[in-house]
Amino acid sequence: MIPAAELERVYERPESLTALHTNYCPGCTHGVAHRLVAEALDELELREQTILVAPVGCAVFAYEYFNLDGCEAAHGRAPAMATGIKRLLPDRTVLTYQGDGDLASIGIAEIIHAAARGEPITTIFVNNAIYGMTGGQMAPTSLPNQRTTSSPSGRDVALTGQPLRVSEMLATLPGAAYIVRRSLHDPANIRKAKKAILTAIQVQQRGLGFSMVELLSTCPTNWGMTPAEALTWVKDHMLSIYPLGDYKVSDAARELSA
Amino acid sequence: MVKELLKGNVAIAEAAVRAGCRAYFGYPITPQTELLEYLSSRMIALGRVFLQAESEVAAINMVYGAACTGARVMTSSSSPGFSLMQEGLSYIAASDLPCVVVDVMRGGPGLGNILPSQGDYFQVTRSAGHGDYHPIVLAPATVQEAIDMTVLAFDLADHYRHLVILALDGLIGQMMEPAELPEWQADPPTPDWAVTGAAHRAPNRITSMHLRADESEAYNQHIQRRLEHIRAAEQRSIEMYTDDAELLVIGFGSAGRIAASAVEMAREDGLNVGLFRPQTLYPFPSDRLAELAEQVGACLVVEMNAGQMLDDVRLAVSGRAPVEFFGRMGGAIPLPEEILDTIEMLCWSLHVVE
Repeated sequence: MIPAAELERVYERPESLTALHTNYCPGCTHGVAHRLVAEALDELELREQTILVAPVGCAVFAYEYFNLDGCEAAHGRAPAMATGIKRLLPDRTVLTYQGDGDLASIGIAEIIHAAARGEPITTIFVNNAIYGMTGGQMAPTSLPNQRTTSSPSGRDVALTGQPLRVSEMLATLPGAAYIVRRSLHDPANIRKAKKAILTAIQVQQRGLGFSMVELLSTCPTNWGMTPAEALTWVKDHMLSIYPLGDYKVSDAARELSA
Repeated sequence: MVKELLKGNVAIAEAAVRAGCRAYFGYPITPQTELLEYLSSRMIALGRVFLQAESEVAAINMVYGAACTGARVMTSSSSPGFSLMQEGLSYIAASDLPCVVVDVMRGGPGLGNILPSQGDYFQVTRSAGHGDYHPIVLAPATVQEAIDMTVLAFDLADHYRHLVILALDGLIGQMMEPAELPEWQADPPTPDWAVTGAAHRAPNRITSMHLRADESEAYNQHIQRRLEHIRAAEQRSIEMYTDDAELLVIGFGSAGRIAASAVEMAREDGLNVGLFRPQTLYPFPSDRLAELAEQVGACLVVEMNAGQMLDDVRLAVSGRAPVEFFGRMGGAIPLPEEILDTIEMLCWSLHVVE
């Protein structure tokens, strides 16, 4: 047995996460995304200053999993709710955590206008190209020919259009200060995602405008894959439709991320 | 204090400012837009929050977020826009959040028109969107009452942690009348349930979700117990000539006010007619109306709709007296003379029966 004095704690639960077991399926990357956000808040010492707005979708209980003040928005309305909070409490950090059905479909108006206003909030956009909680229906972000429970023969782009690329779209808005896409499919990309989340929150702290980190994520259950297959599917199929990169980094934000 | 000549929409806006409204989120729609326009400069000048939202859907969800911080907050709209707010109202209701929503009703259904109507009675009294809930609903008939009820709305919202709707029609929103503005209220302290950042305390969480049936039923029972208190304590109404009335005319808001003119004309003609004007549509002033129904020969409900409050009147009267109806719809405003015609006919038939 190693004496306690010689033990070094090298890894632990971030203070910004609660000890609850999550409802996420095995292999789902929501857990990774939660941890990255919590680590960033801990490192910036913002836990006591932060208000999280949870979405409708698999992350509907996010307000329970984060050890933060939190609210649960109506489907797609998290950016509007966050706007209301931020306008009343401008010195607090306000985050929305939203999936692709929530943000890119029913909530597309709210996210565009929050970005257009330059609302100094930070959005964590978890894109797994499918509706998870309702059991795997097609999302605006589903890939061409992707089989879902509402596109059983594969997404027919002639009938339903091409995947919606939200980061590219929001990057065109002057109010957006920091819009980047990262992926959670391997450790190197997870580390880059963490750095982007830190920057996005700092962009908010400095009042530079709207910030969003899109995270390519997995849904092994609804994709019908093992967790390992799902990670490979992100790499092999999602990256070409959703290229990783910095879509908008304002000059002031660039100084932060440098 | 002195009386000023004030337009209804502007008077409500200034009353909200003085009642301590810290934030307003809204979207333009006739006939309530002056309220938004007035607050666009007034709130900013006071260092408070004004934001024109991209839609009524966004506006009510901004209100939802702002209400989570414990501040006094408000939005306003008119019928089609109010319809768009239903989902947000339901979430606010189920999160036990105080807030004030003004509905300046216009002619409908559909896009309808911008003329005065009371066609949203069911929508404002029966629910706040989906689920089992009733907002507190206040119905002013004058600009002064609109001012007083705006202040009352904020106080009731905070007291009960409940959604309060100020339901008026375009007539009162657009009308100018001499009225007195209220005193400035001090800001109430931030409530202990507000989300402000979990510093030196456990996190506060605001949600409308109760996944398990037993939790959800217990929460619904909590709402129903609160509504029971509200029904017992907050029924409000105004009466004219009810002591010796054989016929009781019942109307709210503008219709009640026009009916009051018809009742005065009937009294000049020697008819024993009284007026009952509900000021709260929820809780409906059923207790007093039930008492009055014992002493009158008949009731006449007058509304600017197809007969919506009529249901609540019938439930309150509960067969104690016959209940007749006169209404105009789609933005048409009843004239005192046509109400008087109905009053005369009903009084005549009461005496023929005798």
